[in-house]
Amino acid sequence: MWRYSELLPLPQEYSASQPIGGTPLVRSRNLSERLGVKNLYFKNDAVNYPTLSFKDRVVATALAAARRFGFKTIGCSSTGNLANAVAAQGAQQGFDTCVFIPGDLEPAKVLNTAVYGGRIIRINGNYDHVNRLCTQIADKFHWGLVNVNLRPYYAEGSKTHGYEIAEQLGWELPDNVVVPMAGGSLIGKIAKGFCELAHLGWVEPKRVKFFGAQATGCSPIADGIKRELPRFVPQKPNTIARSLAIGNPADGPFALRLIRESGGWAEDISDSEIIDSIKLLAETEGIFAETAGGVTAGVAAKLIQQGRIGKEETTVVCITGNGLKTTDAIAADFPASEAIQPRLEAFEALLSEQLKDAVNA
Amino acid sequence: MAITIEIPTAFRRFTDGEPRIQSAGATVADALAELTAKYPALSRHVRDEQGQIRQFLNVYLNEEDIRFLDGESSPLKDGDRVLLVPSIAGG
Repeated sequence: MWRYSELLPLPQEYSASQPIGGTPLVRSRNLSERLGVKNLYFKNDAVNYPTLSFKDRVVATALAAARRFGFKTIGCSSTGNLANAVAAQGAQQGFDTCVFIPGDLEPAKVLNTAVYGGRIIRINGNYDHVNRLCTQIADKFHWGLVNVNLRPYYAEGSKTHGYEIAEQLGWELPDNVVVPMAGGSLIGKIAKGFCELAHLGWVEPKRVKFFGAQATGCSPIADGIKRELPRFVPQKPNTIARSLAIGNPADGPFALRLIRESGGWAEDISDSEIIDSIKLLAETEGIFAETAGGVTAGVAAKLIQQGRIGKEETTVVCITGNGLKTTDAIAADFPASEAIQPRLEAFEALLSEQLKDAVNA
Repeated sequence: MAITIEIPTAFRRFTDGEPRIQSAGATVADALAELTAKYPALSRHVRDEQGQIRQFLNVYLNEEDIRFLDGESSPLKDGDRVLLVPSIAGG
């Protein structure tokens, strides 16, 4: 992402210490065929460096600002991915870190933060409670909370996800982008990134439709779009897509406006559809996304089936986190098989058994 | 009856630096009315032109967002805390 340094709010002569961004844009071969579309792509931040989510980008720009402002301690309120990124980059850059997370977060996401050695404060409550507390903490302590008092710098990092999409399409903007929505920030920053590239003359200006994806169990923005509400109504999250479980999205009003003005739409899918979509994406494209990625892929499929996304158009689906972090959501679907003896006969017996099962099924 | 209204830093320049204001309001709406009557400069930061609570201002009664309670008509009792917390968006 640092190739775009001139377009980011970095101190002059800023020397980045980690290679972040530059993730693959994967052209769909199998899922696109199944859905009957021609030009479907996945922007795969599930393999972002160092912590396997798009949050590595936002933390990179936020920490550059934190250093410039002289913060010694950095932190965040997080549904998991952001905490991972803050802990990892904070450790590497020598900050004291203190992250705040909801008490019921996936064990893998907690572990992926704890391993870097910073402080983790678990809060009895959901993300919205954590976020409220962090707003008060930012008010009182001289700490750099990346998504609170460093938010303008943090948010700008998201633009690089959009710059890379355009560059990887051969300096062209797509017709449609499908973006997961939690706090509602990323979708707006991708739009901002596209606008800047058009303004610079690096891409032809184009009206890109922005589509938002949420889990039905936490879908305040999608609900606002579908019911044509002037303001979204906050919700109490209840979904396995915990990285999207923000019931009172701070950037929700902006996301609503952008989606409407771009001619896009927002949709949501249920928890069981999320699991099916995670499996579908893995089986067809070889991409193992976290629950939020299941949401985006599933919503993209739904939008294509609804005809809101045209079959001839170029569509980019944003995958923002890695499936290895949310294995608990799908573990029950993959029970361990029984081990066999290391003998050819045992394997042949098993194979014929499975063949019989397949025929009977 | 004593209700405490917690004022965020961004608003304290309108409350002569006071972080907490005591109120006797019977509902959240009453408490906010009392607050803005005392500090009129705060009014337009609390309510928009239509008189609605501003979109980027979250109002909590103790631990709960008032939108999950009875909104502005949520009743107050002695010792309650009303928190004004701006949502941190954009950038």
